[in-house]
Amino acid sequence: MGLIWEGIKKAMELLWTLDPEVLGITLFSLKVSILATGLSLAIGGAAGMALALTRFPGKRLLISLINTGMGLPPVVVGLFVTILLWRNGPLGFLEILYTPSAIILAQTVIATPIIAGISLAAIQQLPADLRLQILSLGASRRQMLLCLAKEARLPLMAAVMAGFGGVISEVGASIMVGGNIKGSTRVLTTATVMEAGKGNFDTAIALSLILLVLTFTVNAVLTHIQQRDRPR
Amino acid sequence: MTPAQAPILAARGLNVHRGGVQVLEIPEFELQAGTVLALIGPNGSGKTTLLKTLASLQEPTEGAILFRGQPLASRPGREAYRKRVTMVFQEPLLFDTTVARNLEAGLKLRGVPGPERARRVLAAARTFGIEPLLERQARKLSGGEAQRASLARAFVLEPEILFLDEPFSALDPPTREALLDDLGSALRQTRTTAVIATHDQEDALRLADRIAVLHRGRIVQSGTCFDVVNHPVDEFVAEFVGMEIVLPGQVTASGMGLCRVAVAGLEVEAVGSPAPGEAVLLGLRPEHITLSTHPGPATSARNSFTGAVTRIVPRGPFFKVELDCGFWLAAFITPRSLEELALAPGQPVLAAFKATAVHLIRTRHS
Repeated sequence: MGLIWEGIKKAMELLWTLDPEVLGITLFSLKVSILATGLSLAIGGAAGMALALTRFPGKRLLISLINTGMGLPPVVVGLFVTILLWRNGPLGFLEILYTPSAIILAQTVIATPIIAGISLAAIQQLPADLRLQILSLGASRRQMLLCLAKEARLPLMAAVMAGFGGVISEVGASIMVGGNIKGSTRVLTTATVMEAGKGNFDTAIALSLILLVLTFTVNAVLTHIQQRDRPR
Repeated sequence: MTPAQAPILAARGLNVHRGGVQVLEIPEFELQAGTVLALIGPNGSGKTTLLKTLASLQEPTEGAILFRGQPLASRPGREAYRKRVTMVFQEPLLFDTTVARNLEAGLKLRGVPGPERARRVLAAARTFGIEPLLERQARKLSGGEAQRASLARAFVLEPEILFLDEPFSALDPPTREALLDDLGSALRQTRTTAVIATHDQEDALRLADRIAVLHRGRIVQSGTCFDVVNHPVDEFVAEFVGMEIVLPGQVTASGMGLCRVAVAGLEVEAVGSPAPGEAVLLGLRPEHITLSTHPGPATSARNSFTGAVTRIVPRGPFFKVELDCGFWLAAFITPRSLEELALAPGQPVLAAFKATAVHLIRTRHS
């Protein structure tokens, strides 16, 4: 018990004094995960919308694949991205393994299916005739798509949050493709694993608290969105 | 006005297939500017599909649609057409924002400048009685309010053609009545050309100049309301339009819940309080009309007219006797009564019906 209590006390101190290392790791984690979420939104959001609004053979299969992808184990993603980026691998020429770019790439692979799956559902739950209603008000195709996205903005926001929540808290991929290099590829999760391994529970607890606050915020916003009533 | 005026909207050889099944087959369709056309038919008769096709929201499998004589061929052509017409759906389909922004949405898409938008939004909101709701969130509106907002969002565009797909079918009766009245006067005031899909004959009579009856994807009859209702071409139309006799008339006097309506120079008494001078339609069912050859003992029938039998048609277990009393009437009688009255074409007969049997329909021409 004493260990935990001491840990929490020192963790508070680290947070209160804005320990430069903890602050640096936090900001770096946010930067990497926000970038990865942004990329995933561009790819996954567009894919989800396209999938919701078109009909083609094999659509069901593709949707099942995306839904499976929503639960990809980060370690598996980490392994495949590592192989891809390995010096002799197909993307080895990029020379980005063990750099922040590699983490962003791996996290994008994790978050894209999550965002695509939720965006797909978000657009599908809009009334079927809404698309026609927008067109009949005089919208071009591009304006119609924008308008639909705006109508689905809350569930789309939920998609972004879910994607962000997924990547900020994963450790398997970051550690494999980033390598937890101090000052370069160390993120909240990999640092927590390392500090705990070294017995530095105070720092580990401080890092965990920050992660907890981040995930709590994400979930609070998600819950708020889900509980909101829908228009007629 | 030239007699051969070009229609504002026409369709030729329209065919719509869905999943290999033909859902619509309309060889010829024409709509004159300023006309309100009601498309009536049961659920699944193709009303919605026809509306969506005419509004260019759905591509026909075959056939052409012509707007002011020009075929809608290319995608830019169809987009330009959609900026000049609009459609109101069964569901209000409002955007998740304020009522004012909903009303403004189409104007923005059509590039109407800001100050004009504000002015037109206010005017349309007044027409539909939703001015106090403009700053309200659309998702907080009741069903009737939402449908009013949806209609206002269409009228504010001043569309050259307005397509309406049963916009009242989801509403409770009192809400629906009030909305029908407001929609009727909005259509009259703006002289908007409109196509309204409905499965309700009375809605059609109240709002439209012409009726087209749809059955299994085909227009089985089209014409003025009077023609379609009084002279159905087949049994389907007769059964679907229900009330068989519809007479146009003008109110001459009104009071104490009763009114007198002049029909072809004669006076019919009916229940209702329309304003004198108002043009109305009188609906009557043949089963409510009794026939006799001699003036009998006093009955409670307020209306009694002498006419000549024009035609006797068998109708299942009954006969339908058609009369000319100065206006057209029809009555159902049993084979035995037919024998007892010794009715034959050309013979004079007395037709009577109660004031309560007359269904007063206030029309868009009132």
